[in-house]
Amino acid sequence: MARRSVARSLLNNLLSNKLEPCSRITASRSVTYMPRPGDGAPRAVTLIPGDGIGPLVTEAVEQVMTAMHAPVYFEKYDIRGDMKQVPQEVIDSIRRNKVCLKGGLKTPVGGGVSSLNVQLRKELDLYASLVHCSNLPGLPTRHENVDIVVIRENTEGEYSGLEHEVVPGVVESLKVITKFCSERVAQYAFEYAYLNNRKKVTAVHKANIMKLADGLFLESCREVATKYPGIKYNEIIVDNCCMQLVSKPDQFDVMVTPNLYGNLVANTAAGIAGGTGFMPGGNVGAGHAIFEQGASAGNVGNEKLLDQKKANPVALLFSSAMMLRHLQFPSFADRLETAVKRVITEGKHRTKDLGGHNTTQEVVDAVIAVLD
Amino acid sequence: MASQILRRVVRSCSGGILSSPANHHHSSLLPALTRAFSSATPITATLFPGDGIGPEIAESVKQVFQAADVPIEWEEHYVGTEIDPRTQSFLTWESLESVRRNRVGLKGPMATPIGKGHRSLNLTLRKELNLYANVRPCYSLPGYKTRYDNVNLVTIRENTEGEYSGLEHQVVRGVVESLKIITRAASLRVAEYAFHYAKANGRERVSAIHKANIMQKTDGLFLKCCREVAEKYPEITYEEVIIDNCCMMLVKNPALFDVLVMPNLYGDIISDLCAGLVGGLGLTPSCNIGEGGIALAEAVHGSAPDIAGKNMANPTALLLSSVMMLRHLNITDKAERIQNAIINTIAEGKYRTADLGGSSSTTEFTNAICNNL
Repeated sequence: MARRSVARSLLNNLLSNKLEPCSRITASRSVTYMPRPGDGAPRAVTLIPGDGIGPLVTEAVEQVMTAMHAPVYFEKYDIRGDMKQVPQEVIDSIRRNKVCLKGGLKTPVGGGVSSLNVQLRKELDLYASLVHCSNLPGLPTRHENVDIVVIRENTEGEYSGLEHEVVPGVVESLKVITKFCSERVAQYAFEYAYLNNRKKVTAVHKANIMKLADGLFLESCREVATKYPGIKYNEIIVDNCCMQLVSKPDQFDVMVTPNLYGNLVANTAAGIAGGTGFMPGGNVGAGHAIFEQGASAGNVGNEKLLDQKKANPVALLFSSAMMLRHLQFPSFADRLETAVKRVITEGKHRTKDLGGHNTTQEVVDAVIAVLD
Repeated sequence: MASQILRRVVRSCSGGILSSPANHHHSSLLPALTRAFSSATPITATLFPGDGIGPEIAESVKQVFQAADVPIEWEEHYVGTEIDPRTQSFLTWESLESVRRNRVGLKGPMATPIGKGHRSLNLTLRKELNLYANVRPCYSLPGYKTRYDNVNLVTIRENTEGEYSGLEHQVVRGVVESLKIITRAASLRVAEYAFHYAKANGRERVSAIHKANIMQKTDGLFLKCCREVAEKYPEITYEEVIIDNCCMMLVKNPALFDVLVMPNLYGDIISDLCAGLVGGLGLTPSCNIGEGGIALAEAVHGSAPDIAGKNMANPTALLLSSVMMLRHLNITDKAERIQNAIINTIAEGKYRTADLGGSSSTTEFTNAICNNL
């Protein structure tokens, strides 16, 4: 009699679903990754805080990494966006460590200085830039079901930097497209789609006007598409693409684009998914990778954000999770992402761009508090 | 035909604007921006109905103009079936001369003929009439709900140079170069028009969109020209926005922007993006401005051959473009009346064409607008 009532009360408990949130997570079977012996040795990562809100958000990442006891240690280098070129010691450090985490480097408008971001990408031949734009649960936006990855060719195209004045008042800028670069970025896009179980790759172009240049890009994409018959491939003109992004973004999955269009499409996609504050991204090449905030909309935050220390660290935290996976520390990456997502979904600690009024430090503290 | 010429000669004698309609060389006329007229003197405008749904929506425009008593006389021209050697395209020399003479025109959607040996229709119009600025006002239509409901901006795009110069070549196998040209003359011209338009239409802010941190000389030159013109209009706020920031802010908060002036490629992308914010190309008006004050308003949507002739087409884009044409001619009171009638008809929701989610025919929709005048 007593046993039956105990059994019934146990059954009632289970059915009423009164489990605590923490125990709900640990009750399910956790994913396990089998490392090679020696994988746990600490890895050096070059850290470039950068300008504007850069130092603030990179410090957030450092704090979280320390709290997690992640096997990474940072070699910090201070460079500013208005330096003439990236110091050789920074390049050497990245070549040595193979992985870098970077805040934003502000490129001054108007002339004289070429962008340090572009310089880093060209020096290290980081030919693909990746931005992952997706809705965060708990954050309402105008568009739902956004999950777009924009892969952008990072070294040539309109950013070749080849400009000259023909006669006073007439300036020419060269846009260079090569088969070599188009092919390797298309190859990266399809390989990424295959490895991440993505179903469709869309090439963005303006080949109806720039027939030879974008035509060459499309040709390379089509050739690579034939090697991946399981992945759907289609093409879209860039102005139609932007129009579709603001009306029906769920039709896009992975997008591969030349340099300039990629910049625009990535920022548009980031905007519709909720803003640049939490989109992770990185630049990758054959030998090196630099992780940074995915879409930065060309700025490094305004002064008010800096003074009040209210910059949003979520984007860089997600990017550092991507970096941890790249370094083959996937369990740390999972823990970091789960903690950050929980903090955002709970909604109690959010910076201004996500609708809250907390400072960077408060968000970081909240993330560290829910790390398990 | 003879009576038409007679009528035109009589009108021109009284108006004193033209010497003879048969005279192909016209002296530099007063730009239509400053044309003074009396409501009794009808203005001749060229009309290209176009293909597909073009003729039906052109009929709508004619009907609404008649109901509103607008002093416009239409001179209709159609795209030919043979290539005219004088223009290298299917548009005849007479059509182009008509636009040059009348200074204003309205163009419906034209299907691009396939084949070689001729220039595209849009390219022909642009080059022959020297259309240097494309103006697209984008405002949320009350009553047609999209995800954005506070859009009220105008995009002004340089239309002749930039990345669309068509100058590409293959350097060696597998390496292609494409030239982007920016000139001081063209940039100044479009900046002048942008500020003039802002002032004439009561706009407070002009934003120049650029990527001058990367393309320092080309976009830098464009910005320099914009700054020069901005100094002449101290009452209008001028700002410069990098294009990736602009894209992001447009999709997050389009109310931040007022008038946008841009070089060719960015203008193409941003104007289509803004059209997407308010409901697509089927509702967006557009007007091309040419040298000497020529204005060619056009509907930028396609010719929709699948619904042609079925009385289902939505004439809103062409009607709003004709309103732009009227504003360019300074017939602002009629323009306001027609625009309000269109907006109220869509807002009421009783008569809407199929693409807006309703079931009215083109004629029913047009009649509703005429009743709302």
